[in-house]
Amino acid sequence: MKPIDHPTAATAFNQDEPYVDWHDETLWFVRQKRDRAAMALPEWEDLREAASQIKNHVLSNLDVLLEQFEANAQANGITIYWAADALEHNQTVLRIMQSVGAKQLVKSKSMLTEECHLNPFLAKNGIEVIDSDLGERIVQLREEPPSHIVLPAIHLKKADIGKLFHEKLGTEKGATDPQYLTEAARQHLRETFLTRRAALTGVNFAIAETGGFVVCTNEGNADMGAHLADVHIASMGFEKIIPRAEHLGVFLRLLARSATGQPITTYASHFHRPRADQQMHLILVDNGRSTQLGRPEFRNSLKCIRCGACMNTCPVYRRSGGHSYHNAVAGPIGAILAPNLDMHENADLRFASTLCGSCSNVCPVKIDIDKQLYLWRQVLAKDGYVGGVKKIGLQVAAKVLASPTLFNWSFRVGRGVMRTMPFVVENRLNPWFHDRELPAAPKQSFREWWAKREKQEGRENKQVVGDKQPEKTPFAQL
Amino acid sequence: MSSREKMLAAIRQAKPELQALPARIAFGEAPDDAVLQFKTVLQAIGATIVEVGTFEEVRAHVCESFPGFSNVAVTVPELTDLADFSLSVTDPHELEHINLAILPGAWGVAENGAIWLSEVQTGPHRVLPFITQHLALVLPVSRLLASMHQAYDRIRVDETGFGVFIAGPSKTADIEQSLVIGAHGARSLVVYLMDEPTSKS
Repeated sequence: MKPIDHPTAATAFNQDEPYVDWHDETLWFVRQKRDRAAMALPEWEDLREAASQIKNHVLSNLDVLLEQFEANAQANGITIYWAADALEHNQTVLRIMQSVGAKQLVKSKSMLTEECHLNPFLAKNGIEVIDSDLGERIVQLREEPPSHIVLPAIHLKKADIGKLFHEKLGTEKGATDPQYLTEAARQHLRETFLTRRAALTGVNFAIAETGGFVVCTNEGNADMGAHLADVHIASMGFEKIIPRAEHLGVFLRLLARSATGQPITTYASHFHRPRADQQMHLILVDNGRSTQLGRPEFRNSLKCIRCGACMNTCPVYRRSGGHSYHNAVAGPIGAILAPNLDMHENADLRFASTLCGSCSNVCPVKIDIDKQLYLWRQVLAKDGYVGGVKKIGLQVAAKVLASPTLFNWSFRVGRGVMRTMPFVVENRLNPWFHDRELPAAPKQSFREWWAKREKQEGRENKQVVGDKQPEKTPFAQL
Repeated sequence: MSSREKMLAAIRQAKPELQALPARIAFGEAPDDAVLQFKTVLQAIGATIVEVGTFEEVRAHVCESFPGFSNVAVTVPELTDLADFSLSVTDPHELEHINLAILPGAWGVAENGAIWLSEVQTGPHRVLPFITQHLALVLPVSRLLASMHQAYDRIRVDETGFGVFIAGPSKTADIEQSLVIGAHGARSLVVYLMDEPTSKS
């Protein structure tokens, strides 16, 4: 099933202007909190650099670290599984559930299970899943995916959630107070935590040296699930490995500050061994990651620690919403990770960017996100993934830009048309005009103005104004 | 070939040349006043901090702040008289009615208000600091560290099977970014910062 592409979904999102403004401002507020937290640490850039270097090391030594982790985790009593793709991951979870006869699973936030579409798979196999993060529970009750990796329900207004909870959890009709609604979810999910025998969590970091893993939450839902369940399953993309516990000092200082501006999440839980009466399972997932690792220009997208800072800062994400990216991970990082899952299905996402580079500037592990978006455009264009009209346009532009004569002539004509017949350009048929107002066209070009000025001052220089071919200028310098 | 072998082979084929780990991984200056920073951050993240000199002061503050509370669990040896809930149950689900849990903190971190607890502090039930309605942690000033780097220098993360940094009460902002204290974990956190050598414990 082909998803609705980003421009179409973004257009639909933009129908309600006050709503888009609210969405934009809400995320910008989170970005500002991140800025304040980052600026409070003079060593912020040193931390980013160290985090980036640790992750570069990890990617260059993944096989060794994973084997080391596996041996240490097994010695700790954790059962390790390797899953080459989403299906194998889902089947592994199902087998563990069946082996203990559990029919219900409580799950804390895991973007990997979204990526693998675990919930529908388990539902089809008779296992009920309840998401326990408040934002995830909200979107689960609405039967839609999260729109943000850190703030899953950021696209919803409290009135939407009040209505939803009234229908699903029996809260008072018309109630929209976040305190009241959160309390209702607390009561509802506490019952869930107390009755589920199996819990699944994501993994923020896995430590090769000690064979344990770290899960960060603000709500305490991962811990409530895991410590009350007989079976704890943890799912992780294999790139989440780090060499040593001391490296957590760098990452935990960066993660929450980048995500929400908090100095650290409320809970940073370190799991090393199951409880005496408990089983602990951990699934290492590839699902396209080793392919991405083999692409030199794109591999460092695997350094991502899922803080969401690139989304909060992105002018396109803020004004198009997470769902428009039709991928488990939205925003700029999602756009460079998605080709990994399906390069052609997700070909539209590389254009969901202005290439402004803000994402790369806030990234705590220094992923060159904007550069990769630019490179993906080229890779996919070579594969023929460019629309027909755009292709013709670019071919014409290439011809015009290659010839100064043609260039001068076209712009003279263009200015004339814009001045006398603006409707030729400014109409609904021109997609560039949909969200733009064009400036008034000047009477003359800079070249013409310069030539006239030089002439008036008696310094006429044919080299400058003439149409003679100058020395060949590399395109990059134009 | 198993998935394990397949994945490892694919990684070996795809990975770049070995990159060195950074030589330095600890940054930042120690604060001039770690206690002040710790207090300021804890207040900002929704916790209450009380400076005390003796366990008697903790006892008095607990009785005043949580009057008439039943189902109180305690793992601080000096304060066990405040407990009316025995943790010697086998099923962690039995902890669901705990209203207040009083635990010692192993280490505190000034930069972010986080307090480290391992199973040495939580006692037999890992779920205790999460399932309790309200949480109180007792931390000696001598256990206060400047940053997470110092914390990981001191902590052996695998000393017990589970350990956690707790920074404030549980919270969420998932409804329109409105901060709500009391999500799934404790509804409140009070930290007793004790300026007294606790060697007598």
